[in-house]
Amino acid sequence: MVDEEEIPLWEVFIRPRNGLAHRHCGSLHATDSKMALQAARDVYTRRGEGLSVWVIPSVQISASDPQDREEMFDPSDDKVYRHPNFYNIPDDVGHM
Amino acid sequence: MYSQGLIGAGSENKETPEFLAAFQARIDADEKIEPNDQMPAAYRKTLIRQIGQHAHSEIVGMLPEGNWITRAPTLRRKAALLAKVQDEGGHGLYLYSAAETLGVSRKEMTEELISGRAKYSSIFNYPTQTWADIGAIGWLVDGAAIMNQVPLCRCSYGPYARAMIRVCKEESFHQRQGYEIILTLAEGSEAQKDMAQDALNRWWWPSLMMFGPPDGESPNSDQSTLWKIKRFTNDELRQKFVDATVPQALRLGLSLPDEALKWNETQERYDYGEIDWDEFWNVVKGHGPLNKERVAARKKAWDEGAWVRDAAMAHAKKVSQLNITPIAAE
Ligand SMILES: [Fe+2]
Ligand SMILES: [Fe+2]
Repeated sequence: MVDEEEIPLWEVFIRPRNGLAHRHCGSLHATDSKMALQAARDVYTRRGEGLSVWVIPSVQISASDPQDREEMFDPSDDKVYRHPNFYNIPDDVGHM
Repeated sequence: MYSQGLIGAGSENKETPEFLAAFQARIDADEKIEPNDQMPAAYRKTLIRQIGQHAHSEIVGMLPEGNWITRAPTLRRKAALLAKVQDEGGHGLYLYSAAETLGVSRKEMTEELISGRAKYSSIFNYPTQTWADIGAIGWLVDGAAIMNQVPLCRCSYGPYARAMIRVCKEESFHQRQGYEIILTLAEGSEAQKDMAQDALNRWWWPSLMMFGPPDGESPNSDQSTLWKIKRFTNDELRQKFVDATVPQALRLGLSLPDEALKWNETQERYDYGEIDWDEFWNVVKGHGPLNKERVAARKKAWDEGAWVRDAAMAHAKKVSQLNITPIAAE
């Protein structure tokens, strides 16, 4: 094989039906967005899995590092006042 | 899958006993491991090998069945077989993507396959001699694959487990279309029935070999079980397959090519005869009926597609230089 450049990787997001958000379902290789959309249709929607497809070059995604998980997400752990159960409402007020 | 930029960022972790114990604790708590998580190098390596081999098996598996697409006996059978073979190509692609999340490139995996270094399921090195073989493959080979793949849906590595869920949803049609082919032949003329029996005779033992060497001779098994990559042993899965498949064969009015096969009342399972492991290792080592042809066919497809890949890349570059806006999402 000649030293071929690797064909870029894309992430595929599919909306299964209207009313639901697009959801990540996998990835594929394609040279441009048109090819990526057609390949996504063939690879990920052979049985009516989708009504809409998004594709995005994988290199364009910025992700949090799992090793930073604590500093990223722990600050929300001690904020119990963000939850409805933190507040005392007498029973006779009824459902709130 | 996901941001490739981070891959390898975690790979400099020192594998101290504390690190390994913490990793094992996550596995024991049934936590899924995701692509950019820290993981022992051996866990990564095991998965790259297993998922890569699995992907290659799906791709090479298209060849024996593809052999019959143009000669399918009816349009209904042709449409089904075409859809099945297309699914197998899709399975290969899901699995290559899952392997790529571990830091191996598609190019490296392709090179391994077309150079003949990669392993894949040895059953695909057997020829498809008659139309009945297409029935036998769907029924037995996909049936065995389902036994293997269902527990992999709960594998500890997230992307592999998710790929397996998609694959398993699609496999059921594969097995049913195969059984329907065999059933039709088994209920047909004497010659058709013979053809079905002949296919069963040739595919039965290689199907049992698909579960791999017997327990105790499978070097990676224990560690894979600890890491929850593997949930059942080779022999356990093989037994499940035999127990599920024998009644299906009896329903066809066909006989299985194993004189030792009989129902074991106390164990509530079928006992079966000795598997010819010499044959298995012979095929694994590259000396099966069609090992060379299979690799050559993949290499030919890859080489002859080179101009398409080159042209597509050149086109994409040209368009991006002209600064043409790509199709916008929503
Ligand atoms: Fe498959
Ligand atoms: Fe299949």
